Amino acid sequence: MSVQTGSTPLPQAGSLGRSRRRTERIQRAIAYFLLTFGGAIMVIPLLWLLSSALKDPGKIYILPPQWIPDPVRWDNFRRALTAIPYGMYTRNTITITVFAMLGTVISSSMSGFAFARLRWPGREIVFMIILSTMMLPGVVLMIPTYILYKHLGWLDTFLPLIVPYWFGGGAFNIFLMRQFMMTIPRDLDEAARMDGANGLYIYVRILLPLCRPALAIIAIFSFMYHWNDFMGPLIYLTSGDKRTLSLGLNYFKDMFKIQTELLMAGSTVMVIPIIILFLIAQRYFVQGIALTGMKG
Amino acid sequence: MASSVKAIAPQTKPSLRSRLKHGWYGIESVEGILFALPALLGLLIFTLGPVVVSLAMSFSEYNIITPATFIGLDNYVTAFTDDELFYQALKVTLYYTCTTVPLNLFSGFMVAVLMNQDVKGISFYRTIWYMPAIVPAVASAVLWQWIFNPDFGLMNLLLGKIGIVGPRWFIKPNTAIPGLIIMSLWGMGGSMLIYLGGLQGIPAHLYEAVEIDGGGVWAKFRHVTVPMMTPTIFFNLIMGIISTFQVFTQAFVMTQGGPAYATYFYVLHLYKNAFQYLRMGYASALAWILMLLILALTLGVFRSSGWVYYEGMEASR
Repeated sequence: MSVQTGSTPLPQAGSLGRSRRRTERIQRAIAYFLLTFGGAIMVIPLLWLLSSALKDPGKIYILPPQWIPDPVRWDNFRRALTAIPYGMYTRNTITITVFAMLGTVISSSMSGFAFARLRWPGREIVFMIILSTMMLPGVVLMIPTYILYKHLGWLDTFLPLIVPYWFGGGAFNIFLMRQFMMTIPRDLDEAARMDGANGLYIYVRILLPLCRPALAIIAIFSFMYHWNDFMGPLIYLTSGDKRTLSLGLNYFKDMFKIQTELLMAGSTVMVIPIIILFLIAQRYFVQGIALTGMKG
Repeated sequence: MASSVKAIAPQTKPSLRSRLKHGWYGIESVEGILFALPALLGLLIFTLGPVVVSLAMSFSEYNIITPATFIGLDNYVTAFTDDELFYQALKVTLYYTCTTVPLNLFSGFMVAVLMNQDVKGISFYRTIWYMPAIVPAVASAVLWQWIFNPDFGLMNLLLGKIGIVGPRWFIKPNTAIPGLIIMSLWGMGGSMLIYLGGLQGIPAHLYEAVEIDGGGVWAKFRHVTVPMMTPTIFFNLIMGIISTFQVFTQAFVMTQGGPAYATYFYVLHLYKNAFQYLRMGYASALAWILMLLILALTLGVFRSSGWVYYEGMEASR
């Protein structure tokens, strides 16, 4: 169910013979070894990032490298954050991320409600069309939507990165919401209908509170998507004061080719919020994937 | 996937008469359309409409400033006969797809099996292994460029420790894509998590049955885990193909397609034609060629999907 719990237990030793128990112990030792070894490989690049971010400019190009910087230059962060308008980039990124995330959560839950709980003509066909758009490569839509936004006068504004997410919130999220709402007993709606409630009441007062886990998952994944997005802002945003963190970091990279320690400090600042979010919300990640009903 | 969608769908529908009697049908229809309206409009404005426009544009010449002119199949002909970079982009993309997808498929699966063990502190390990997958693409590109620095980067230092003289990575054409492949393996946490979701859905009684028959670890893996996981493997395979065909950010940030076009991915070619040379019509044709390629590949995979096992398929038919 979550990252912490819910693993399938290995067969219980119990009545099994001693040799069986010994194989199990060996098996467990191998598992530990592989987990630790691979885990170290996974985490070393991140430690290298942090270590490089804290190094003295004179100590970054020396061999062998120091893993623990001496001296520790916390100052790198201040220098990186003032060399480019980091505050503005962060503000832009947060604006886009929050409004796009809100749109995704609201409109995908509305569509999920329509597809899971209400009967209306054409429902199945429309749902199948929406599902099949999941297979559509994004680059096919890139050019026509660019021209559309140009005609609407939306280029170099945040609108192309926000408004589309208020119209359905993406096929995958609609699918996720529908699947989740399907698991909630229908009696609840029907009882409310008997009492004269309308669809809006059922959606707001009955389904939304029960769908909190699914809403949280969509909110988290959508937050990460918009926080990390590079190609969208690259295409639609042109002026310097509209840049997001992703664009800013890329720009920064070309500006400070040799000041690696500042570049690493800048990257660290972009990575940290997303890692904190992950650590807080990690139990939703596996849940989100289990929810999609891909198990069989 | 399709079978599970059906399985969850409501089994019993109230009869039309009862629906009319309660007066729900009319209200529900109106409400249904109203609630689905944003999605319906979005489907038309931001998806289906653009698909049609994109197809039309692929048969025309359009540079945003002057009106579009119809030129028939010229764009497609140009791509296949008069654009060397098109073939280079295709080659690079196919090379990356054909190596990364199987590698990720295999290692993600193996790691997920490892993560599904009941050992102490497993949640800690899962966190560590998944963490790289959430690192923003630009930050990860910047970091790996530094790691692959031939003289002071971490990669060659570690290789040096075990007596290997590290290559020049992104400076030499033949090691640039391998560098990107290593980088992609670092972020395999996403597919690992999808496998883990699948593994946790395997009912314990299947393993118990193998145990009663005297089967060991290998028998369980071979006769329960693998067949039960084929739908998930299938899903990851399709998604892997779709996403590796659209690689962009790494190439744009790290190499700009270089050195010597060694990392000149298809979408980079498309992006340059559309937004740097303003050849919107030609870029649309490139997008359609890409879509047809992905379609052909996924259809091929679907055709060969006899190896995918769906539990309950026999029972329901």
